[in-house]
Amino acid sequence: MNDPLGPTPTQAGVAPAETVPGAAASRRRPSRRAFIGYVVSGATLVTAAQFAQPETADAAIPSVPQIPELFDLEDLETQSALPTSGLITITMDEQGYANFALPRMEVGQGITTSTAMIIAEELDLPVDKVRVSLAPARPELVFNQLTGGSNTTNSTFTPIRVAAATARGRLLQAAATQLGATLSQLTTKAGVVLGPGGKSLTYAELSIKAASLVDLKVTVTLKQSADFTVIGTPTKRVDARDIVTGAKKFVTDLDVPDALPTMVCRPPTLNGKPVALRNREQVLRMPGVTDVAQVDTGIAIRAKTFGQCIDAVRAVQADWAGGPTASESDDSILAEIRRAEVPLAVPKLPLLAVQLDAKFEFMFRSSAALEPNCAIADVRDDSATVWAGLKAPIVAQGNIAKAVGLPVSKVKVNVVTGGGSFGHKLFGDAAIEAAKISKAMRKPVKLLWHRADEPRQGRVHPMATSRLRATMLAGEVLTFEQRHTSVATDFSHGLGEMLVATAAKLPPGLVGVGLSQSIFLLTQELPYNFGVVTQLLNETDTRFNTGSMRAIYSPDVACANELFIDLLAKKAGKDPLAFRLANLKQANVKAVLQKVAQVGNWGRPMAPGTAQGIAVHREYKGATACLVEIDCRPATVNRTIRDAVTGPRVTKVVMAVDAGLVVNPEGLKAQMLGGVSDGIGLALTNSLHLKDGHFLEASWDNYFYTRQWNTPPEFECVVMPSTSSEPGGAGEAGVPASVAAVACAYARATGKVPTRFPINHDTSSFEVKSFVPPVPESPTDGLSYTF
Amino acid sequence: MTKRSFVLNGKQVTVDVEDDVRVLWVLRDVLKVTGPKYGCGINVCKACTSHINGKAFNPCSVRIADIKPTDRITTIEGLADTASGELHPMQEAWLEQDVAQCGYCQPGQIMAAVAKVNQAKAQGRTISDADLDEIRNVCRCGTYFRIRQAIKSGAAKM
Repeated sequence: MNDPLGPTPTQAGVAPAETVPGAAASRRRPSRRAFIGYVVSGATLVTAAQFAQPETADAAIPSVPQIPELFDLEDLETQSALPTSGLITITMDEQGYANFALPRMEVGQGITTSTAMIIAEELDLPVDKVRVSLAPARPELVFNQLTGGSNTTNSTFTPIRVAAATARGRLLQAAATQLGATLSQLTTKAGVVLGPGGKSLTYAELSIKAASLVDLKVTVTLKQSADFTVIGTPTKRVDARDIVTGAKKFVTDLDVPDALPTMVCRPPTLNGKPVALRNREQVLRMPGVTDVAQVDTGIAIRAKTFGQCIDAVRAVQADWAGGPTASESDDSILAEIRRAEVPLAVPKLPLLAVQLDAKFEFMFRSSAALEPNCAIADVRDDSATVWAGLKAPIVAQGNIAKAVGLPVSKVKVNVVTGGGSFGHKLFGDAAIEAAKISKAMRKPVKLLWHRADEPRQGRVHPMATSRLRATMLAGEVLTFEQRHTSVATDFSHGLGEMLVATAAKLPPGLVGVGLSQSIFLLTQELPYNFGVVTQLLNETDTRFNTGSMRAIYSPDVACANELFIDLLAKKAGKDPLAFRLANLKQANVKAVLQKVAQVGNWGRPMAPGTAQGIAVHREYKGATACLVEIDCRPATVNRTIRDAVTGPRVTKVVMAVDAGLVVNPEGLKAQMLGGVSDGIGLALTNSLHLKDGHFLEASWDNYFYTRQWNTPPEFECVVMPSTSSEPGGAGEAGVPASVAAVACAYARATGKVPTRFPINHDTSSFEVKSFVPPVPESPTDGLSYTF
Repeated sequence: MTKRSFVLNGKQVTVDVEDDVRVLWVLRDVLKVTGPKYGCGINVCKACTSHINGKAFNPCSVRIADIKPTDRITTIEGLADTASGELHPMQEAWLEQDVAQCGYCQPGQIMAAVAKVNQAKAQGRTISDADLDEIRNVCRCGTYFRIRQAIKSGAAKM
């Protein structure tokens, strides 16, 4: 079979596969890097690129200027054995839409929007003509289907552009044939190829003509950033209209036939186990209940409605085994961490040098999103289908297959956009559990965790301590040591495989250290010139259900560091801003700091009990700075709101972010805003309390995530211009500097440096809900709260 | 099982369901109206906020038996029909401010916002920062500041 565009004659002396149909002639520069794209056989135009490492064709690019037409008629493409795996594809359909299944997970961070923008840019297509869906688990991508580390745009930017540029080149070629024109006479704009004499063809009209019956390998170059019209332009979310009309579907909104509501009656203590259900018949007779099954995590109940599941969960009488942490409390775990702390070195000091020490403690926190853990599973004898929000779907697929005893190839895992993640959806906990329940009941199930299950049995950010020691001489910092000690973080979602797979690229310092230490060293970078710097992690206790909450170690580490740096500045007799500027290494960190200081009017007179705080963070190939103002006056702190923690109010936040090449400034600002809300909660209000083997919190009236009454009435985010050609990270980048700035502001407003976070952890702020039954009763008095 | 009837988004509907099933599950599990979300089930997170007879309420905490045949329940799906434009001004404001991130809480946020603005209007006031501080809806993505901006903008057009 041949290419319908016809075999292109090869001119003598010109090597195949070396020219560049993907770039507009006018934009082509001979020095540009070229990439290999593929035209994949299909009914309409399908193009592809290798995902993990887009192949470059540098060697094939001649160094002299070329006449486009010469090459356009050339053997632009070579028929090729397509790589069998690791491809991402763009399909141009007959309606003129570019369709792309992103092998990443949208959880609110805006990657479907930014991906649509990237495709729109390279294809010269309006953003609303790009449809981005989420790819199901694709085991052939091996470790490269993990959404984490704020890495999506950085890792997908080039491959997606290669596939889009290949599509555009192919559309141009098809148009040239149709219009009897040369490529240099053609331009593309908004989904239309414009030719000489006012002739034009839409991408929709070309979608079949541009299709190929065989797989072809082509070389393309990409648009130069100076020519970008979409990338870098503030763009609103592609799913915004569906969201505001209620049309956006989350997992539990999907109507999978016979997948009835299912909940689990969970053990009263963390990671306890069901021993025996004592009243199966009674539970089965309850209204709406169809099935009851004991699984390893509890007693599963399937019913006509979730409300009836809740009622049945509350009616369960069961015997439980206590779980591995049944007698533990905050204090016992903290003591365990202290025992695991590696001593700080005692540096040899020059005469007159002074040593400063500090220690900070960070309590357990829940990474639960507003959408609780949930999944739909339909497990049959010979196959299984699962729908869930999964940031590591390949790992989940493997775990599901193992749990239900099927080969991986028989387990289809559909990835559904998630109602938030914050690291929570790195794990397939609900998907695996739903599959087990479906297998046990031999029916499809729609599993939803009750809210109370989330803080009590769900993934948490580990408790940790951070100890610091610095030595100073005449205002200069000579040494800076940090020992971060933490309950172990679970990285079993595949980051390990990624690190192993990229081991060759790791810095030599990582050889021979454990996975957690590797991740710590890879993410922590003290941006200051402080002489001899060492930052080390030590972990203890693997009994908890932990995970990488948004920005992993960085919020705690940055909070400790920046508070300590304020102490060093004080010791040096310097202003916090001036001290930082004098010691920061990198220009981009200094620039964001200067920006927030200027926009936020650093140093302005503040009333007693109020103060500014300022902090920086460098990670995700970028830099952030945050300036906050906080009000710690009694009238503010003692505001009374029902079932709420009020406390100090952050009244103003200014963020500046350098995230390298920014695809969507609007989305980046949104992520910074979310990071600030997290930072405020982490510094001031939200934590879990472990007591006698229970996490006490059971809902949002116990777990005090930032609410409207904690929200700064003033917020501004400045996106720094960047000359970088590489996108940085956004999703996590807003948290570390903001938690640190809030802590610093609190210390300056109150004159007391907090050492335990969140600062209200030791205040009892709620009545503990029952552990047996493990979920609260559904209220009936809703009509008395209308407004 | 009892037949229960009420007005949902402008249309009379009848369901056959046990008396004590909360309205949220009647909407979501029986009628497949999924705009109102579950986030806590105990009237704390407010993700299911909808309107009853024009006022904000949380269907997770109301039994279907307490709903009368003449009660008008409006979910996010029916909000646009209560205004003259293609979308309600508050929905437009949400788009204009690009409020949403994951989107899970936003139907409830919008329904609460509309009721809060109407409440202030009924008291002859425009919406204030103090009013905004009273909104209890959780947004775990932390979009609160943009919510405040959108409510002020939407209120001006209501």
